Amino acid sequence: MTNLELQKTANEVRKGIVTAVHSAKAGHPGGSLSAADMFTYLYFEEMNIDPKNPKWEDRDRFVLSKGHTAPGLYSALANRGYFPVEDLKTLRKLGSYLQGHPCMQETPGVDMSSGSLGQGISAAVGMALAAKLDQKDFRVYTLLGDGEIQEGQVWEASMFAGANKLDNLVVIVDNNGLQIDGRVEDVCSVYPIDAKFEAFNFQAINIDGHNFDEIRAAFKKAKETKGKPTAIIMHTVKGKGVSFMEDNAGWHGKAPNDEEYATAMADLDKIAAELEKAGEV
Amino acid sequence: MADVKKIATRESYGNALVACAEDFPELVVLDADLAGATKTGTFKKAYPDRHIDCGIAECNMTGIAAGLATCGKIPFISSFAMFAAGRNFEQVRNSIGYPHLNVKIGATHAGITVGEDGATHQCNEDIALMRTIPGMTVIVPSDDIEAKAAVRAALEMNGPVYLRFGRAAVPVINDNADYKFEIGKGVVLKEGTDVSIIATGICVEGAMGAAEMLKADGIDAEVINIHTIKPLDEDLVVASAKKTGKVFTVEEHSVIGGLGSAVCDVLSEKAPTKVTKIGVYDRFGESGPAAALVEKYGLDAKGIYAKIKENM
Repeated sequence: MTNLELQKTANEVRKGIVTAVHSAKAGHPGGSLSAADMFTYLYFEEMNIDPKNPKWEDRDRFVLSKGHTAPGLYSALANRGYFPVEDLKTLRKLGSYLQGHPCMQETPGVDMSSGSLGQGISAAVGMALAAKLDQKDFRVYTLLGDGEIQEGQVWEASMFAGANKLDNLVVIVDNNGLQIDGRVEDVCSVYPIDAKFEAFNFQAINIDGHNFDEIRAAFKKAKETKGKPTAIIMHTVKGKGVSFMEDNAGWHGKAPNDEEYATAMADLDKIAAELEKAGEV
Repeated sequence: MADVKKIATRESYGNALVACAEDFPELVVLDADLAGATKTGTFKKAYPDRHIDCGIAECNMTGIAAGLATCGKIPFISSFAMFAAGRNFEQVRNSIGYPHLNVKIGATHAGITVGEDGATHQCNEDIALMRTIPGMTVIVPSDDIEAKAAVRAALEMNGPVYLRFGRAAVPVINDNADYKFEIGKGVVLKEGTDVSIIATGICVEGAMGAAEMLKADGIDAEVINIHTIKPLDEDLVVASAKKTGKVFTVEEHSVIGGLGSAVCDVLSEKAPTKVTKIGVYDRFGESGPAAALVEKYGLDAKGIYAKIKENM
């Protein structure tokens, strides 16, 4: 896909996020929107997958370690054809297959249940190890929040991945700088992030998480690097794309009301129009 | 007195893994720097490519096992019960239990018979923790033969299984030709009409000894070995309780949440019967030789007998 196509798709993914969370009257829009470009790149460009065969055994795997941003994952999966986009409106509703946090037994395309922070990365490490044990060439991706890396298990998993040279593993950290209680450096600083991963025998790459050229280059470098896992630290804006949600910790886990929803969708429609215009030039 | 063969169930566990390796090519064994103590070192030696040492990081080991299981492996994770079930509880619940993954948990050094290491390592709470997880099978083998059969049965079924093994050598009590292990089926070791003694794990042997002592007093005890705490053999427990009207449960575990609680759960609903729980009474363990601790905590034949007499 071209960058423009990716941008358009990411904008659709964002609309799905806002719509799902608005419909659910609960959920986590901020971190879903900051990672929307990453979800889009993974599911539309990077990963070797087949939406018609979600359990295909040689597929690439993705584990959403920051499971609370399920709306972002669900919207990417729906837009990619795993299930109807319309179903995003059932998010968090009784009987829905779109649980508040990812459930692998319920949702097509979800490779691992997650939500308790720090645990998803370990499962991703296990999948990468399985590929090595069976000499398969599928790759494994996992997305963590920057607040999430305060969990000790993240570093247990990283130590193991580095020690075992799992070069088929990419750990992505969504560094939007905010967690529930405020800025990550104020709550309990996670910085430096890149040097931490390097110390755990990773290759660390810093990118702008809203720039598809940089995302593309980082994954290329990850794929070419042998003998060590890669950590991509993507600098992002929490709530990206929705004016009043941007860089605001208050939108970590809150749903927009009807009025706010209309504003959010207008923001995203405006971006869509701009992208259309850019395409015509 | 004839020599009784003794072997620790952790030893049986390690041997069983090796014995099952060829039949279950997807079996992999994970350790957290305790392969020597959990006896999975035997497997490591025989199948080095199928053994993964995760270092001293039990929670990560559990997550790795979950990831492996999603890719078709059958991981056995090994550690002391304190860490496998205690430290790890939430990882087991959320990364293995909730997605109902095919991970087996081999927990050794359970209960007070850890001995000299003392209370920090004597896990008397693991059965309680594990049986609250939906879909978790919980097995507590009583001897070498049962432990080996349990490992194989766990591998044969799909879904998470918690297996509890001990550190100390215990007598082999199930070496008879008609012994058959089936998950969820209790074993009547001795039929009786006056009291039911329902025991699990290493306490089964003590329960048999207590029944012998009761016999001398003219009390005819039924002894049942419940190796599967969950799913519990409810029919057997109810039938025995209805027959004798007096139930004693015996376990090397807290009386809160373990076998005794599981038995009470079913009896209170299906056949209200007086139940006396024999186990560790809401306290921590302590350092000392395993046998001395078993005696002090009243879990040997003499202690079980005394408790039953007191509550007849």
